[in-house]
Amino acid sequence: MAAERGSAVQPDRRNGPRRDYSWAGLLRHGLRRRPGWRPAWRDPAPKARYRVVIVGAGGHGLATAYYLARNHGITDVAVLEKGWLGGGNTGRNTTVVRSNYLYPESARLYDLALRLYEGLGRELNFNIMLSQRGMIMTGHSRHDMDAYAHACNAMLLNGVDSELLDRDRVRAMAPLLNFGPDARYPIHGGILQRRAGIARHDAVAWGYARAADAHGIDIVQNCAVTGFDIEGGRVAAVQTGRGRIAADTVALCVAGHSSQLAGLAGFRLPIESYALQAMVSEPVKPVLDTVVLVPPTGMYLSQSDKGELVIGGGLDLYNSYGQRGNPPVRDAVLGAVVEAWPAFGRLKLMRQWGGIVDVVADSSPILGPAPVDGMVLNCGWGTGGFKAIPAGGWLTAHQIATGQPHPVAAPFGLHRFASGALIDEAAAAGIAH
Amino acid sequence: MLLIDCPWCGPRAQVEFACGGESHIARPGPPDTVGDDIWAAYLFERNNPKGIQFERWCHAHGCCQWFNVARDTVSHEIRAVYRMTDPRPPVDGTRFDEAEGSG
Repeated sequence: MAAERGSAVQPDRRNGPRRDYSWAGLLRHGLRRRPGWRPAWRDPAPKARYRVVIVGAGGHGLATAYYLARNHGITDVAVLEKGWLGGGNTGRNTTVVRSNYLYPESARLYDLALRLYEGLGRELNFNIMLSQRGMIMTGHSRHDMDAYAHACNAMLLNGVDSELLDRDRVRAMAPLLNFGPDARYPIHGGILQRRAGIARHDAVAWGYARAADAHGIDIVQNCAVTGFDIEGGRVAAVQTGRGRIAADTVALCVAGHSSQLAGLAGFRLPIESYALQAMVSEPVKPVLDTVVLVPPTGMYLSQSDKGELVIGGGLDLYNSYGQRGNPPVRDAVLGAVVEAWPAFGRLKLMRQWGGIVDVVADSSPILGPAPVDGMVLNCGWGTGGFKAIPAGGWLTAHQIATGQPHPVAAPFGLHRFASGALIDEAAAAGIAH
Repeated sequence: MLLIDCPWCGPRAQVEFACGGESHIARPGPPDTVGDDIWAAYLFERNNPKGIQFERWCHAHGCCQWFNVARDTVSHEIRAVYRMTDPRPPVDGTRFDEAEGSG
């Protein structure tokens, strides 16, 4: 990674100067009668051939494109998007970023993402509104606290910040939590990652899109992939709604539709797709300045800068491609909110939505080569893809450019299912995804 | 909310059931002839279709019996309910042969 940082290329300005956003620019445009803002990226028609075609202009696809240019100088790249960029899970998640995982492989992966997030706004000249407000997981028994002590030590050994909290410190940070005598899940303490927090999800996609576009990378929206031309076991081109596009390498960064695209390419993946719901309340004055996850119910919550409570929970536990959730899970999640924060029972729910997530048996992503030569996978992030966007892009770009997995990505290849070297974060991190 | 027609108890609300995932997955064997890749495919790879999926459900908070359901994964519409040992039923005139696509 150090070598890649050292060889980082400067933004390509041959396609016109990058229009840096700044307070002075805001003032200048704001005082004009007609602000001179121009689109942040082009809307090009696809060319007949690219060196690299990335399928999916969500966070991972756009980050892959950006790091191909930044780290490896590869700019003959198209990012194809069925709908509009950032309109899938990147625009549907609950915006939490964190790296509080148990196993060393996961710690390296997710902390790479968090470290990149920490410098991303400045690097992209785009305010991703990263707010490292910390994330608490509550503990509800002595056994929870024992498990947290174990997890905390593991994280510290892996170089990830982590703190154990007693009941009073949880109460000081989140006083509206249910500390009453009738709490269904009495709070004994918690575990805190201070560097965790939230970021503006759309801004992450837009920032990467703008930066990739500035390098001359084509982002082609309304361009669904309908098939692959595979010659001699190697991908030669993608078939799209806007014609055939030849490519040396094709990367699949399509979140909830990885099995579908794999099917078009003639292979199967160890993935099942589920609907994951999220919802927001009406906006209220500041009541919570951290992220809180309550593990017994799987519900978690933070307050957005607009004042809405952003609420997430468990999956609808049957396979689905319907981008919506069903009422039973929604009711269970909201019941958990009211149990943990009785005061929030008075709030109105403003919006509820769903996205389709790729779930892998060991709750870890799949990064690396596909069974078809020339094809690279970035999928299987389950419910936690947003937090990993910079790392997913960085590592996928490395795989595409060098033909080899980055050391951080190497344990996450498809080979682990046959070798048995699973990275079972479902059990380890205690997180359902 | 799904309304699932348990073959033994009749139509009941989704919350009484647990989904057991894709059905008709044949265990390869005998074990000493099966390579790691085949085992991995058996254990982990799934069809994960966008459309009709044949899947197992258990009436977990009822009679506790398992049965199969043919369900559309986009609309969530249940197209058929059939016994665990029955082959895949045709849906909309389309036959889903046992040989094709079974995991």
